[in-house]
Amino acid sequence: MSDAAADWPDQIYALFKEHGIRQVALVPDAGHSRLIKRCLADNDIKVTTLTTEEEGIGLIFGGWLGGEKGVLLMQSSGVGNCINMLSVPIAHRTPCPMIVTMRGDYGEFNPFQIPMGNATQTVLEAMGTLVKRAETPEDVAPTVNATLRLAFNTYRPTATLISQRVIGAKTFGK
Amino acid sequence: MQTGPTGKLMRREVVKTLLADRGGMLAIGGLGAPAWDITAAGDTPLNLPLWGGMGAAAVMGLGLAQAQPERRVLVVTGDGEMLMGIGSLATIAVKRPGNLAIVVLDNEHYGETGMQETATRHGVDLVGMARAAGIADSRLVRTAEELLALHQAIRAGGLIFAVIKIDEAPQPLVLPPREASILQARMREAIMGPEAHLQ
Repeated sequence: MSDAAADWPDQIYALFKEHGIRQVALVPDAGHSRLIKRCLADNDIKVTTLTTEEEGIGLIFGGWLGGEKGVLLMQSSGVGNCINMLSVPIAHRTPCPMIVTMRGDYGEFNPFQIPMGNATQTVLEAMGTLVKRAETPEDVAPTVNATLRLAFNTYRPTATLISQRVIGAKTFGK
Repeated sequence: MQTGPTGKLMRREVVKTLLADRGGMLAIGGLGAPAWDITAAGDTPLNLPLWGGMGAAAVMGLGLAQAQPERRVLVVTGDGEMLMGIGSLATIAVKRPGNLAIVVLDNEHYGETGMQETATRHGVDLVGMARAAGIADSRLVRTAEELLALHQAIRAGGLIFAVIKIDEAPQPLVLPPREASILQARMREAIMGPEAHLQ
C-alpha cells in the first residue's frame, strides 16, 4: 500500500503516463512542486512554464490540434486568468483537463487569496467546466483520473480542485 | 508587389505570398482580419482560423509545433492580438521550437472595433520585444524584397518572429466556417487521418 498522504503527486504522475499525456503546461505552485519535478524528469513529457495561466489553455488546444494530450497545472488564483480563454476549448470541443491546487479555501493566511479561492469552482462551472474536488489525499488519484477521463472521453474543459486540506496551508511562520 | 495608399504592403497579398507553395505547412490565423486573410488565401483543413481566444494565437502555435515537430507551423496574427499575449513571447523563446514562425500583420490599429490605435502606433517595438525575449530571428518587414526573404526563411525552418507593416485599409470580409469543432477536427484529420477521431 502506498501512503497517499505523501504519494498523491506520484499517483498523478502515474495517471499522466497511463493516459498518454505528452504536454504539461504550468504556472508553478508549491503544491505541485513534486509533480512538476517528476514531469521535468520525463523525456516523453514536454513541460512548458507559462507567463500566465491562460496561455496554457491555448497551448493545450494547439497540442490537441497536433494529436498530443495536455494538462494544465496551476493554483486557484490562476483560474481567474483563464476564464475568457475557456471559450477556446468549449467552442472547439477540445479536451482540456486542469489540476488546480487550492489557496484561499481552508486555513488561508493571505487575504488576497480568499476572493479567487472562494470563487474558483463557481467561475469554472459558470464557464462550462466539469469540476470535481479532492478533499483528502486518498481522493486525489481517483478524482484526477475522473477529470482526465471526462476531458478526453467527452471533449471539454474539466478540473480537479485539490483542497488546502490535502496540501496544507502556507503559514508564513505564524 | 502592390502597396496601399500609405505606401505599405497590402495584407491580403502578404498572406497569399506567405502561404504560396505551403506544402503541409499548418497555419493558425489570429481572430479578426488575420483569420479572414488566411481564408482569403484559400480555405483548407491546414488552416485554423480563430474566432476568439485573443492573445493566445502564438502560444497555440507553440503547442501545435511541439506536437508536430516535423511540420512547419505558421501563426499569422495582428498587432492588437499579439500585444494581448505579449508574455507568450517569453514562453515561446524559452521552448525555442525550430518549426514555428509567428508573423504579426501590423496595421497599428484595432481593425475590428473601429480602428482605434494600438501601442505599435505609438512606437512600441514588437520586434525589439521578441528579440529581447530571446528569439534571435526577429525581423521587421516593410518591402516586397523583405517579404520574399521572410517567405524563404519560413520555408527553410527555425524559430522566426516577424512584424510586417501593412496598409490599414480594411479588406472585404472572407469568413471561414464558424463551427469551431469542425475547424479543429478537420485540421486533426488532415494531420493524422481518420485515426484522429479515435484518439
